Amino acid sequence: MDIIDKLKQAGLRGRGGAGFPAWQKWQMVKDAGSADGRKFVVCNVSEGEPAVLKDGNILERDPGTVIEGIDAAMKAVGAQKGFLYLRKDYFDQYKEKLNQTIGSRAIELVREPGGYLGGEETALLDSIEGKRCEPRIKPPFPPQAGLWGCPTLVNNLETLYCAARIIRGDYKNTRFYSISGDVPNSGVFERGENLTVKEVLEKTGNLPQKDFFVQMGGGASGTILLQNELEQPVSGAGSIVVYDLAKTDPRQLGLKWLNFFIGENCGKCVPCREGVYRLRELFSQEQFDIARVKDIVDLLAKASFCPFGKGVANAFAGLVEKLMVK
Amino acid sequence: MKIIIDGKEIEAREGQTVLESARENGIEIPALCYHPDLCVKANCRLCLVEIEGMPAPVTACSMQVKEGLKVITGSEAINALRKTNLEFVLGEHRRNCPQCIWQGKCALLKYAAQFKANLAAAKLRKPDPDIVKFGPIILDRSKCIECRNCVDMCSRQTGSRRGNETECKFDGFLEIQDQGKDIHIEPSCDLKKDCIYCGQCIVHCPVGALDSVSPVEEIDALLKDRQGKTLVIQFAPSIRVSIGEMFGMEIGTNVTGKLSTALKQLGFDKVFDVNMAADLTTVEEAKELVSRVKNNLPLPMFTSCCPAWMRYIEFFRPDLIPNITTAKSPQNMLGSLIKTYWAQKQGIDPKNVIVVSVMPCTAKKYDITKPEESINGLSPIDYVLTTRELGRLLQKNKIDLKIMADGICDDPFGIYTGAGTIFGATGGVTEAATRTAYWLITGKNLEKVDCENVRGIIGLKKATVTINGVSLKVGIANGMENAKIILDDLAKDAHAYDYVEIMACPGGCIGGGGQPLPVNDEIRKKRAAGLYQDDCEQKIRFAHESPAVKEVYDHFAGDEHKIHEVLHTHYTQKPKSEIQK
Repeated sequence: MDIIDKLKQAGLRGRGGAGFPAWQKWQMVKDAGSADGRKFVVCNVSEGEPAVLKDGNILERDPGTVIEGIDAAMKAVGAQKGFLYLRKDYFDQYKEKLNQTIGSRAIELVREPGGYLGGEETALLDSIEGKRCEPRIKPPFPPQAGLWGCPTLVNNLETLYCAARIIRGDYKNTRFYSISGDVPNSGVFERGENLTVKEVLEKTGNLPQKDFFVQMGGGASGTILLQNELEQPVSGAGSIVVYDLAKTDPRQLGLKWLNFFIGENCGKCVPCREGVYRLRELFSQEQFDIARVKDIVDLLAKASFCPFGKGVANAFAGLVEKLMVK
Repeated sequence: MKIIIDGKEIEAREGQTVLESARENGIEIPALCYHPDLCVKANCRLCLVEIEGMPAPVTACSMQVKEGLKVITGSEAINALRKTNLEFVLGEHRRNCPQCIWQGKCALLKYAAQFKANLAAAKLRKPDPDIVKFGPIILDRSKCIECRNCVDMCSRQTGSRRGNETECKFDGFLEIQDQGKDIHIEPSCDLKKDCIYCGQCIVHCPVGALDSVSPVEEIDALLKDRQGKTLVIQFAPSIRVSIGEMFGMEIGTNVTGKLSTALKQLGFDKVFDVNMAADLTTVEEAKELVSRVKNNLPLPMFTSCCPAWMRYIEFFRPDLIPNITTAKSPQNMLGSLIKTYWAQKQGIDPKNVIVVSVMPCTAKKYDITKPEESINGLSPIDYVLTTRELGRLLQKNKIDLKIMADGICDDPFGIYTGAGTIFGATGGVTEAATRTAYWLITGKNLEKVDCENVRGIIGLKKATVTINGVSLKVGIANGMENAKIILDDLAKDAHAYDYVEIMACPGGCIGGGGQPLPVNDEIRKKRAAGLYQDDCEQKIRFAHESPAVKEVYDHFAGDEHKIHEVLHTHYTQKPKSEIQK
């Protein structure tokens, strides 16, 4: 069976956050015409979101399979070159081990210059090209015009790791969950891929006994779920952060996120640059106008340039609606 | 193809964006970072529209039209987003409307009113002026809304971008630095990059964060207390078709006569027309071209009248200095004549003559500081006012240009020909020089005066001009992004051109960095049309037939040394200029 068919049969979806069917992306790059014949594969290990640690975990345990996945993707889509785009500390820590594993394969390690935003696939492409790490206007999408205008497959590390295992025949339909917060057993866990939030917490011995809520899919941009909302599959980047309801001050939590977002914001578009600034301005005060927060969240959700701003909106919509508006 | 915007069916063209086709059909979609001269950046997010079948709003500036597309430009939900967005933009823009070059007519204020944005909803987050100065340009970051139009424009003028590229580039002298809330525009400290003072950043800034260093107050003070000085003012070809815009007149209206009256009313002793010197420059340049061709001297010959282009040469490409005509620019020729021939004739000490020059240009402010341009130790020009600044000076003195009676400029530098007036539009110098070169070579005037093949505001034109069996390959570029294509051509083939006219600003001087706001192709076309109309209406259309030019040559009586001393200059490699904070 063709490699792409194998991915299709396994039903593999992207593990970076968006959950797009992996086979479809591969097929698009394979089918795309390239003016100068070049195509690229990029393995995205930006992993800049707080509380998401799975890619680092895989890199630590099994870099060989990751390289296998990149290599397989390059062959499947007809790319001559691959890039392994690594978060600064991952690059520094695993550089030698990875280069040994890569050997003579045409895969280049790239040390991410920035932070969180490098995870956005078009910002990542610009940063590899040596430009400011900022998102591009879409379309065109990377499979049509990515690195230097050539068709480019950008996949999250976990996706390529799973692809390698699918091709090898030992994929067990698992995914990697990063669990942290008010839990006894924090860490990265490999469990079944379609588990609900509640099941993941149970199966890892982390379901709290006290009143709690979680942030799922990312430690800053993730979705807020209350105790009665846990019967849904884990999505996004597969993280769950548990918060003790009694001990958590929503305003302080929001402020923590905002301090992260304000440092990682690229500054390109008005809603996100100014919206994050103004949200922090509001959350820094003991009392503030919730209606204004809602206006800002609405603007971030609908008007920001890239998923970064939409992520901010996602977190704050939940925080405000579920935890602040009584 | 047909698309439907707000229920109205309109004809759109393949490759257009929703914003372009809407505006073409008179449907206004608000946008701040969009400018028809520039790349689509989609960062202000004001042009969000709803499109049937799409889950979320999209930016009209980046959305390509498709057959049958149904667009809603201003639903209640979209307008609510715009309101919040505008309040944020207002929160990073320190308003200084009375001093602003937009004179209260900027898009930001217009949209704020339209979408009922509360001007004080967001506390100013950059409350104090944050000024950086380079040459004659001032940037106040406390007014900047980070739209990047200046950076985009600057990469065309001083960076690597070529006019035939589609990609947005940000590698010119003006750079984007830092990120997030700290993002800001910074002049480059790279020693290989510098400003060419063209002022295109100023005319592409939607909120007046950029301006030129203005001598309006000093000149106004001089007019009120002349301290024994004779005050002379001269104005460039393109001013006559642009300054009327600041007084509510139709774009492209020729106000030569009204301007002459207004300037006298301001208190100037003499009003001269730079068109006269453009005629003189034409003759000197044509003479030099003919001599270069005959004597196998370096070709192509480049024009020199654009000071931003000269700044480009002197900083970026000093290797091309031997190819630049040594003829002074019309401004400096006239200034030099005023401070030699004219002052002498009037029996005035040139030290007591103050020459104010009205230019469409910010680089001219730098040009007059160059020691190479001086004449007998004096600068030919004492002050340069941009079109905008003269408009301000008139307004300050409550002189309404629109209601002025037609006057005439003073002898002997008030007479001009059609050739001089078209200097203000791209291709005009070439056309004027062609008319005179033909006469120099053949002894006859061209039968067909109009050279249609070198006209039009398109960025790059190539033509072959054949005179007496000698063919000259001519290149004409406006906008440095197009000039650089000509330089690329020459790097590949040194004989690709024999004569090259370069104007750093889009459209030539009519689109100059000192011109009134706003500016776009439509406006540039109308201003250029005003000049060609003026050319057509002149009894004399050949520079060499100008009585004023003849008078100057009579004065020099064939003394080439003297001519060279007064009417010619030279160029030298220049270092990077100082950036003041």
